[in-house]
Amino acid sequence: MAKPPLTEEELIARYGPHLNETPPGGWNAGVEADREVNTHCCFCGQQCGIRLKVKDNEVVGFEPWYEFPFNEGKLCPKGVKRYLQGGHPDRLLEPLERDGAAPGGFRTVSWDHALDRVVAEIRRIQRTHGNDSFAMLSGVSLTNEKSYLVGKFARLGLQTANLDYNGRLCMVSAGVANKKALGMDRAANPWSDIPLADVVFVAGANVAECAPITTSYIWRARDRGAKLIVADPRVTPLARTADLFLGLRPGTDSALMTTILHVLVANDWLDHGFIDDHTVGFDEAAAAVADCTPEWGSGITGVPADRIVEAARLWGTSATGILLHARGIEHHTKGVENVLSCINLGLATGKYGKPGCGVSTITGQGNGQGGREQGHKCDQLPGNRDITNPEHRAAVAEVWGCDVEEIPGKGLSAEEIVEAIHAGEVKGLLSICFNPVVSLPDTAFTAEALDRLEFYGVIDFFLSESAQHADVVLPGSLHEEDEGTSTSVEGRAIKINAAIDPPGNARRDWEILLEIARRLGRGSYFEFGSTHEIFDEMRAASRGGTADYYGMTWERIEAEHGIFWPCPTEGHPGTPRLYEGGVFAHPDGKARFHSVRYRPPAEVVDDEYPIWLTTGRVVSQYLSGTQTRRIGPLVEQYPEPLCEIHPRLATRLGVETGDIVRVTSRRGSMTLPARVVESIRPDTVFIPYHWPGRQAANQLTNRALDPMSKIPESKVSAVRVEKAEGHVEVADRRVTTLEKLGRR
Amino acid sequence: MANPLIAGKMFVIDQSRCIGCEACVQACEECGTHRGQSLIHLEFIDRGATTQTAPMVCMHCEDPTCAEVCPADAIKQNEDGVVQSALKPRCIGCSNCVLACPFGVPKYFALPDQMMKCDMCYDRSSVGLKPMCASVCPSQALWFGTPEEFDATRRGELVFEFRFGNQLVPTKLATVVDHRDDGPIDVLAEAPKRWQDDPFGLEEDAP
Repeated sequence: MAKPPLTEEELIARYGPHLNETPPGGWNAGVEADREVNTHCCFCGQQCGIRLKVKDNEVVGFEPWYEFPFNEGKLCPKGVKRYLQGGHPDRLLEPLERDGAAPGGFRTVSWDHALDRVVAEIRRIQRTHGNDSFAMLSGVSLTNEKSYLVGKFARLGLQTANLDYNGRLCMVSAGVANKKALGMDRAANPWSDIPLADVVFVAGANVAECAPITTSYIWRARDRGAKLIVADPRVTPLARTADLFLGLRPGTDSALMTTILHVLVANDWLDHGFIDDHTVGFDEAAAAVADCTPEWGSGITGVPADRIVEAARLWGTSATGILLHARGIEHHTKGVENVLSCINLGLATGKYGKPGCGVSTITGQGNGQGGREQGHKCDQLPGNRDITNPEHRAAVAEVWGCDVEEIPGKGLSAEEIVEAIHAGEVKGLLSICFNPVVSLPDTAFTAEALDRLEFYGVIDFFLSESAQHADVVLPGSLHEEDEGTSTSVEGRAIKINAAIDPPGNARRDWEILLEIARRLGRGSYFEFGSTHEIFDEMRAASRGGTADYYGMTWERIEAEHGIFWPCPTEGHPGTPRLYEGGVFAHPDGKARFHSVRYRPPAEVVDDEYPIWLTTGRVVSQYLSGTQTRRIGPLVEQYPEPLCEIHPRLATRLGVETGDIVRVTSRRGSMTLPARVVESIRPDTVFIPYHWPGRQAANQLTNRALDPMSKIPESKVSAVRVEKAEGHVEVADRRVTTLEKLGRR
Repeated sequence: MANPLIAGKMFVIDQSRCIGCEACVQACEECGTHRGQSLIHLEFIDRGATTQTAPMVCMHCEDPTCAEVCPADAIKQNEDGVVQSALKPRCIGCSNCVLACPFGVPKYFALPDQMMKCDMCYDRSSVGLKPMCASVCPSQALWFGTPEEFDATRRGELVFEFRFGNQLVPTKLATVVDHRDDGPIDVLAEAPKRWQDDPFGLEEDAP
């Protein structure tokens, strides 16, 4: 039904990605901005402040926003070039409906026609197969207001339980672990704590490429004399500068952390007062690591034993310390256990609730933190509430003005929704801000699932690779075309300001959802006249939840450069550092140790697939690349995926940099150029995942899920690597040719 | 030593902090005075061996080699010691400067038929604003501020002189080193052995 109407090449020719290279009118047009708008970057969870230069209804450039305290003007290349997503030739300006006879496979239709079709399909599918047979997938590039609205729209508009979001591919395992151990799902620290740490331990986080601004915080600590430990299968640009590098095998993070706990216990590098007064479960957790000697840990992880002992000594004997972790330990079938094993290290040494101390996840997506709190996650309601908890349901039902029974129960998670589609249990899908065919593991399976839908509606600003499978595409809004709030990596709610209006017949996302709800006959729940009205209901709905925004106002957020939740009452200053004085968010105020025992990844290497594959990101691309693969200067920086291979493995395969290699897993196979580098383990290859189709690293990855958080195991699978036909030039850096300079 | 200050501030480079993100390169071409042309070089030292990268802005030499070799006398220093792009009416596009600069900074652009180079965003820095590259640099490998701020917040010591074989090159820009007393930065000196030479302990008895 929803098979792409044209070949990959034809779709690219028609809908892109084309490259926007220059500001409107070209570099020499001399366009002078007529105003500058203080807002934030639309990409990652750092949510850097930025000033957009605007002329008429176009964003024409940027200026550093020095006054915003998080980044003080600093930006990564994505932030610098973000403005080039505006005025883009690929921008969707009209609603589209699939039409095999139309050139491009889609025909332009009126909003009325498109919306009527969407509503008719929702009704037909739900009448025939039940409400839950129509699912919704959302994403956390959306503001808090839109995230809240999507949560309410799916539950009361579509009346389906099956709503989930792309944060499922982000840090949900960290969220689950934080809730279990500490009682609350938020980074424990404001980033201003990082420079106060005597030791900074970065575990599975390519900070320099995925959270670039955090690099400056880590260096501020080092300027004070702090030591840096990095655990990663690759010598990332930050790892290169570390005092201690732990180059572990993919999928062995919990073995590393349990070994460090073993060494802390063996040497009594513990904070007994903190353990006694503020935690429960230490004895069991210590017993669980009794056999995790450095020799055992070294055998599992491949890290020399003396380096593991040294890491424990640095962490255990430093007065203050911050442990930062990200996708590298979270995207695993034991993602929750990996994070719990890190939290154990913080609890055992009393590194919580005071300056320069904490264990924090570096949330990856723009509004990854805020999005999950406002209730568009299959198991959550606004305020980070639990959709299965009767009291939580009642609190939200009161704000929504509905019967508790009207709120559906817990639905399927993102990957499970795709599996249910594949199995024919879910027949219809509406998605916004999610490109599953690129970002989910096992690309072929995901594409096959989308093709089995009876109806697929997409709200997006570009025709993403997933939208190519759609029956109806509704042109939504870019970040700079709407206002609202988002919540950064630190748990700091910030104000997003609109710079321009949506172009052509594109509409703001929330206006589209409201219109669908109205046509479904559910408009009485969605009588919002502005995003500010959505914010006001959202903060009321969060009141009394752990993620309490009730005391915030847009005016205060803007004037104070953000407010950290919880902020439960008007005038409350917000809460930059959590767990002050060792008071945790569980009812008894105590944190929980968890007994963690290492277990291997879902797939391990064998004779047939003898090499570990790990995937990740590059600094010039963001997530599935829907936006950043359309920005010329970013594409130039790293134009296509390369397979990183250690010289020892390369020699064995007879491969040199630029040679085409074939990488094959149990899911699929792809060819791509090799880059031979000493910065990766000899038993592991790395491929960045931002590309679609035949360039998609996720053709190879494994759909296995963490049982607790349902996060897929993107970070480790088993592959075979062979030399294939062909060779291309692989440049170390952006190649700027005379021809290109002439064009500019 | 050249006067390091411009509007009371100085430009400091700490190459060891560079993360290779190219924010500086991308931001440089956004500058109003040379839109679309980035005047920074971001060098991968040897990607096969290391992720080390190095951003190369103009060091604004006291006696600029680029100006000394210019047959048209087209390259001038302004009153702050900032070495400027070749004067358009004089530049003959010969690229002597491109070849001679020990830091590889000047670039010849075919379209305007002119050498252009980093002028430390003089429109910004002369009024105390950070240059574009130092504004955005996420690791602050490129840094612009007062000497007092540097002493209060940053580790390392500053040198203002490089050695290229027999040539000593005093610079307006400061470079961060561990020990100033070691003298000028000798680009041909052998690097000391470090863990980065064997990051995975392959030469050790790793399992």
